[in-house]
Amino acid sequence: MTETKKSFNLFSYINMGTIIIAGFLVLIVAMGTVFGKIPLSMMLNDCITRFGRNGVLVLAMLPAIQSGTGPNFGLPVGIMCGLLAECIAIENNFFGLGFLLVSVVLAIGIASIVGYGYGKLMNSVKGSEMTIATYVGFASVGLMNLVWVSTLFRSDKMAWFLGEGLRTTIQLDQVNANLILDNFLAFKLGAHITIPTGTLLVVFVLCYALYLFFRSKSGVAIAASGANPMFARAAGLHVDNNRIIASILTTVLAALGIIIYGQSFGYVQLYDAPMMMAFPTVAAILIGGATAQRAKVFHVILGAFIFNSMLATSLPVINRMVAGTDAAVLTDVIRQVVQNGIILYALMQVRGGNR
Amino acid sequence: MDKKTLRNLIVSVVIGGFLGFFALRGLFGGGFLGGIVGAILGAGIVYLIAYLLSLFPKLASFLANNIVTVIFVAFVLLGFMVTKEITLKNYIEQLFESVFRNSFLLLSLIIPVIAGLGMNFGIVIGAISAQLALILVRWFDIPSTLGFVACIVASTPLAMLFGWLTGKLYNNTRGQEMIAGLIVSYFASGIYLFILLFAVGGIIPVAAKGAILKEVLTRTQRNLLNPLGVGIRVSVDLGSLKYSLDGIWRLPFVTFTIIAAVGFLAWLVIQYMRKKKNPSLGKSNLLLTIAGSIVCVFFVIISAIVLITKNATYMALRPAPMATIIVIALLAVATNFLLKTKLGQDFRSVGQSQQIARVSGINVDRTRILATVISTVLAAWGMLIFLQNIGTLGTYTQHSQIGMFAVASMLVGGATTSKAAVKNAFIGVLLFQSMFILSPAMGRALFGNPLYGENFRTFMVYGVIAIALGLYIWRGLKAAKNKVEE
Repeated sequence: MTETKKSFNLFSYINMGTIIIAGFLVLIVAMGTVFGKIPLSMMLNDCITRFGRNGVLVLAMLPAIQSGTGPNFGLPVGIMCGLLAECIAIENNFFGLGFLLVSVVLAIGIASIVGYGYGKLMNSVKGSEMTIATYVGFASVGLMNLVWVSTLFRSDKMAWFLGEGLRTTIQLDQVNANLILDNFLAFKLGAHITIPTGTLLVVFVLCYALYLFFRSKSGVAIAASGANPMFARAAGLHVDNNRIIASILTTVLAALGIIIYGQSFGYVQLYDAPMMMAFPTVAAILIGGATAQRAKVFHVILGAFIFNSMLATSLPVINRMVAGTDAAVLTDVIRQVVQNGIILYALMQVRGGNR
Repeated sequence: MDKKTLRNLIVSVVIGGFLGFFALRGLFGGGFLGGIVGAILGAGIVYLIAYLLSLFPKLASFLANNIVTVIFVAFVLLGFMVTKEITLKNYIEQLFESVFRNSFLLLSLIIPVIAGLGMNFGIVIGAISAQLALILVRWFDIPSTLGFVACIVASTPLAMLFGWLTGKLYNNTRGQEMIAGLIVSYFASGIYLFILLFAVGGIIPVAAKGAILKEVLTRTQRNLLNPLGVGIRVSVDLGSLKYSLDGIWRLPFVTFTIIAAVGFLAWLVIQYMRKKKNPSLGKSNLLLTIAGSIVCVFFVIISAIVLITKNATYMALRPAPMATIIVIALLAVATNFLLKTKLGQDFRSVGQSQQIARVSGINVDRTRILATVISTVLAAWGMLIFLQNIGTLGTYTQHSQIGMFAVASMLVGGATTSKAAVKNAFIGVLLFQSMFILSPAMGRALFGNPLYGENFRTFMVYGVIAIALGLYIWRGLKAAKNKVEE
């Protein structure tokens, strides 16, 4: 592969896919304001909320990509750890801040152990990590479904009113934990915009922490192992160990991500809800400009914002613009095409295993 | 105590304890204490099995190499032991209905595996072409067998085009074909959904503007569309297309059993003779041939008894759809035949090493595209067979699960990402569908809740794919590492 040396320009920093999707976003917003008469501030509010909600989940992709395992299609594995932690916290009657702290601590604990195993697994299927991760993710959802239908949890707040097992959605206002981060230091900008300060703070703090981590010695080692495993091994780095550390990181971030997502959304969604969560998340970081092998914190923030904004704005705009169709379904169809198209594009850029 | 014994002990305590705990607690209502006793018993049994296996290393390695199949066989046997609500008649009827329905789809997975593309999750795209063709045929209201032929004719060029595009994509995502196949199936589903939900009637006019649908369109056409005239209905009734292939020629199930058993017996004997005469074809295995023959004779005798005594229960089994069975058998034979031709050899060499194939003058990219096209077209036909059996088309959901179930079945049948044969398809579909039928009843019998069984079923579908693919890659890497160390 020959690579011509480019002088610095904007295009080397922001790639073509990002610009196309961003252009699409601008088009939607323009149509919404001009034809749909939706206030711009209202749309911006949705974009910010959605960005905060999904930010940490997208951030979870970063360590996985940097360590060379590719985007973490096994995101549900981490999500399951977060959900389990939340259920344990509710079961033991924690409220409000206590609930949040207990579930975060538990999530980190569980996700570290699971992430270690997951990393071991990823090391044993080198070359096909993405395929295996996808199915391990699906299988983890299936496995946890067995836990959710069991009689392990008995709290009234989560169980069906009749019969055994947990409900498909658990309202977090029962434990005073809905919007607990979103409302922290929240303030209003104008009539329509509410800034979810707490959530944004968490997202940016975690982003900055990862930025610092990838400048530290072990972070650089992980990135080096991902960029060129042969060279890294020759330089005396433990590639396998580095990949395990990255797996733990991505699993923990996914677990934290779903807790943040849940409090912002107001619900804990169990059963099959997290099954497909990996794909939009992968798409988001790719839209930010990451490839399947290289990513930066900048890509996370940009991608999470653009992709989630696109999703958040297209629904009301389509609702106003196209009469007589189910706007929610059309939005979902557009999401499906854009999201999977961008993942396919990224897969085509992966250097091939030409056996 | 050496390391291996310790490992065996830990594994058996964990697995046996877990299974035994639930088995005894569920089976006899023994409560927690019963569970503990069960756990101890279970651990003991598993350890004993592990110990016995270590005495026969050849058998042990055979079982380890086919672990997914072994798990499924054990699961199905356990299912027979614990469930009482599914009668044998019920089981046979459900099982063979789904075997006839799914086999063709499964067979479409073989060629891509041999050409080194791995499991083709992209067969969903074939299913999409079939569904588009079916909706067209319903629109023009072509009835029964003629309609089925029209479906085949309409779906083939679509599937060829889509298969060609998918093949191109696979050539651009070398080494990641399986995940690319999965994602491209989601991508194609999105476009398919857009066309059928919004473009039909929205962009593609189905009637003159402003016309009242009732006056312009026939009743079938109106039944196809949503009331407002935009989009296809969520579920489409296939009308006379139902059983358009199955219904051509039906024979009593017992007669079919006799024919199938005799046919299989003849095939076994011929294979044995041929291999004995010409050892280059493969090793002849007398023991296996005899065992197979005994099974065949057993089925012939049982069927004959049922026929003679006119046993009411088993004579009432749903008649076998012979036309479908013949089509499946033809495809099985054709696949085997194709693999012996020059093209088949090309598939094999490309599957083994693209570089060597290229050096020896094979157009690698073209061969891989061809394999994908064949697979997609076969999947489209398989989907048509599947749908004419079901009788209604779930317009927006039916195709989505097809790829996953087919791949899982194939892996259960012992196929890997680089090795697949007709026999894997048939073993796989039998075991996998058995699991599907027994699972809810087992959930009820063991845990008093069918939900366990249903959720377990979904877990198994994904788990099987993850475990089978993961184990295979892990073994490959280990073998490569050992080779380097030597």
